Amino acid sequence: MMNSPDAAEPAVVIEALRVRRGRTDVLHGLDLRIPRGQVVGLLGPSGCGKTTLMRAIVGVQKVKSGTVAVLGQPAGSAALRHRIGYVTQAASVYDDLTIRQNLDYFRRVLGAGRVDVERAIEATDLSDHARRLVSSLSGGQRSRVSLAAALLGSPDLLVLDEPTVGLDPLLRVELWDLFHRLADAGTSLLISSHVMDEASRCDRLILMREGAVLADATPDELLAETGAADAEGAFLALLRRRHARHALPGDDGAAADVEEEAR
Amino acid sequence: MNPTRTLATTGRVLTQIRHDPRTVVLLLVVPSLLIGLVAWIFTDTPVFQTIGPAILALFPFIVMFLVTSITTLRERRTGTLERLLSMPLGRGDFILGYTLAFGLLAIVQALLASAYALWVCGLDVKGDPWLLVAVAVADAVLGSTLGLFASAFARTEFQVVQFMPLLVFPQILLGGIFLPRDQLPAGLKEISDWLPLSHAVDALNAVATDSHDAAYIGGQLLIIGAFALAAVILGALTLQRRTA
Repeated sequence: MMNSPDAAEPAVVIEALRVRRGRTDVLHGLDLRIPRGQVVGLLGPSGCGKTTLMRAIVGVQKVKSGTVAVLGQPAGSAALRHRIGYVTQAASVYDDLTIRQNLDYFRRVLGAGRVDVERAIEATDLSDHARRLVSSLSGGQRSRVSLAAALLGSPDLLVLDEPTVGLDPLLRVELWDLFHRLADAGTSLLISSHVMDEASRCDRLILMREGAVLADATPDELLAETGAADAEGAFLALLRRRHARHALPGDDGAAADVEEEAR
Repeated sequence: MNPTRTLATTGRVLTQIRHDPRTVVLLLVVPSLLIGLVAWIFTDTPVFQTIGPAILALFPFIVMFLVTSITTLRERRTGTLERLLSMPLGRGDFILGYTLAFGLLAIVQALLASAYALWVCGLDVKGDPWLLVAVAVADAVLGSTLGLFASAFARTEFQVVQFMPLLVFPQILLGGIFLPRDQLPAGLKEISDWLPLSHAVDALNAVATDSHDAAYIGGQLLIIGAFALAAVILGALTLQRRTA
């Protein structure tokens, strides 16, 4: 696009990120690069630090040490607030407003055009309900409103925390198609899920467990590397390998080795 | 800060409230009902004439404190605040947007309560009744800004409701409703000088008895405004974009 020199530069560069919540280390020295213009899946069991990582990228998480650069700027900088769309796990929209009123408010905050609202409503298949109060919607519909709000203003980076939970299969396929269309148009997407069968729909996968990155590869690389039939199997294979090594006395570098291998 | 975003926030808050007619009715009718009750209790005594003006300050203050603290707490809890703070909304836009929305409601509420006290309950006001309304409005705005501030220190609705007795009751006890402030024991009198509600009650009494000129009442209004402004600034400071 306009600034082609940094097109090759990753959308997100994380170095030695440490986050502590309360008395526990949630992320301990995490390094990660998220490429531009791809659909990157962030997978892992609940409680492994996916949400904390996403919050750090969006710039709403207090971090202990390390750096997070987003689109070439420190995470949380004022200039990024127009360029990142963020969907939290719970639908963060107003119950006592209609879908259109919700989107219209967020549009004004972003300074985006009126057409954006219609576009977002259409993209999330909410046209039939646009005049309904969010409190009267089902859980899946509410999370779509939240997603629609993140699409406003055509952000360069979309950070979506489990956006497809509880949606019917047909709609899930449609949303994944939408994610890929957005990526083709240059948007970078980071999408978390704990449903492993969504892994095959991603251009790239990041597997997380207990605050560390287990693997960062394309789905094909991951399957070839582990010899597993699907993402679930690959995840298990990686875990087994890691724990087997851990069991060996005196082999402290084991975890790092596995991470290297997985790349 | 940015006027478009502030006004968008005000409009959004008012639309939310419009979708909740029960709250609107409670907000507008309850203060008048309570003032009516006080007037009824003290029929055939001169008490209502003495404390009536102060009561007029009290109810809008309490109601606005509760409504604002709970709405903003809800916003923190449902994640909409986190979303807004990850967007280009200034913290001042957020607080000021809320203050304007609840300030507008406060004006309507204060007008209704004052009209009810004057015409239905027969409260005798020697000064300009509009000054009475002005003080009541300032008081309601103060209530909502303190509510905004208090919501920053609460994690649950239960906690925020406890802030009401903590922040509001001492002001009621020391504000001159139970005992005129100049009769308070040494020490308490000085403390009450530093409480915003005392100045509101002083101003309302001054209007009712027409004992001071408009400049005095303007001065008291300024003091109330300064407290409200301080609460707004502190409230904005407590809105952290990054949380643990």
